[in-house]
Amino acid sequence: MGEAIVVTSGKGGVGKTTTSANIGTALALLGKKVCMVDTDIGLRNLDVVMGLENRIVYDLIDVAEGRCRVNQALIKDKRFDELYMLPAAQTKDKNDVSPEQVKQIVDSLKPDFDYIIIDCPAGIEQGFRNAIAGATQAIVVTTPENAAVRDADRVIGLLEKSHIASPKLVINRIRPNMMKSGDMLEIDDICQVLAIDLLGIVPDDEMVIKAANQGEPTVMNPNSRAAIAYRNIARRILGETVPLSQLEDKAGMFRKVKKFLGMG
Amino acid sequence: MAGKSHITIKGTKDGLVFLLDDDCEFDALLSELGTKLDKHAQQFTGPIIHVFIKLGNRQLDEDDQERIRAVLRKQGNLLIQSIESNPPEQDTSETGPSLHTVAAIVRSGQTLEYDGHLLLLGDVNPGGVVRCTGDVYIIGALRGMAHAGSAGNEDAIIAASSMTPTQLRIADVISRPPDEWTSAEPWMEYAFLKDGKMAIDKLASLSRHRKDVMQFKGV
Repeated sequence: MGEAIVVTSGKGGVGKTTTSANIGTALALLGKKVCMVDTDIGLRNLDVVMGLENRIVYDLIDVAEGRCRVNQALIKDKRFDELYMLPAAQTKDKNDVSPEQVKQIVDSLKPDFDYIIIDCPAGIEQGFRNAIAGATQAIVVTTPENAAVRDADRVIGLLEKSHIASPKLVINRIRPNMMKSGDMLEIDDICQVLAIDLLGIVPDDEMVIKAANQGEPTVMNPNSRAAIAYRNIARRILGETVPLSQLEDKAGMFRKVKKFLGMG
Repeated sequence: MAGKSHITIKGTKDGLVFLLDDDCEFDALLSELGTKLDKHAQQFTGPIIHVFIKLGNRQLDEDDQERIRAVLRKQGNLLIQSIESNPPEQDTSETGPSLHTVAAIVRSGQTLEYDGHLLLLGDVNPGGVVRCTGDVYIIGALRGMAHAGSAGNEDAIIAASSMTPTQLRIADVISRPPDEWTSAEPWMEYAFLKDGKMAIDKLASLSRHRKDVMQFKGV
């Protein structure tokens, strides 16, 4: 039986879809059978980030309303044989599907996959309830901004009240030098406020934007710092103990190498 | 309770004292009283016997007392002198507000509300609210809003291990740190009203400020 993990945040634009796409792809990279489910009905874009937009025939609403079987709606990824996605409908809205229907669909996927990554829409309304209905675990994505941390806190409160026991935290778009200068919330401060387990930290990386526009998850690019972070997150999901990448140290090492080259 | 009698009858020089159990159903009690009297019917012949009925903690209204009287009246020689209950237990509000202990993180959008004092073991995050009619004590960080003495008690205090609230309220007074005051003290502090204005002091001063912070009665 597969594990269904919902990726949520409350606030929009913190990187839920990017995180879903990259964690899903990273798990596939590690040899797992993964299905990504986009529950952002009406504003779907997981398919765009994955570069699978032109392959959509059926969507989640079609499955929910019985117009097709789940297997017909699943899109196989172009890079991995064991990576699939179930796209959201673009024409309907969140109220056209119920939490029970989403749960049923996710449950029907569980026997065939190791992991089901559910991309949650922003907000805490129907779309959020739909997305968490089928999940047994949750990843809360936030950025080092006060507004994002507030919304993450709200969402964690709602998750803790639901059937999902202990959500895990991913802090996205970290800028080490801003953090160092004190212009950005510290990782420790965020963890102290939110008081949940930290699953990983992802540095801000321009390659993420470039990759998303090309429909190629960043995680495929080994030169991207964000890619390493997403791979580490995937390994932690599999139960490995991977230390947090030391952002500061990395910058320090980079400087040392530059210095060395400059001297040489 | 099978086999155990709910009714004890004692003889005194003044007459008979009926001790009625106060745990069981009232209807069961009445029927047991009836059968008990019928069983000993021959003993209740003869001169008039004075009866004192003690109900224990059970409180009965006039109708129910009348039902007891009706049962006893069937036996011609029983004369009811009194039907007594223990005085009702004192209301807790007379002994001071009760203390609620809660272990939780009050997150954004959540509200913790109580009548009485509140001891919170955990944080209050920005956007979270704790409110109670008595004092608020927080073993943790207060980052959200705390409202003590919400029913108008101006003597209520708010104490927290780490005092960085978005807003503090005591009774009807609202205070907005850091516009009005800031605190980054490493020690535990409490907020109170001084001449109608919010003031902050270290917790060690509380014993001088107020002698009866909490009243533990019967603990």
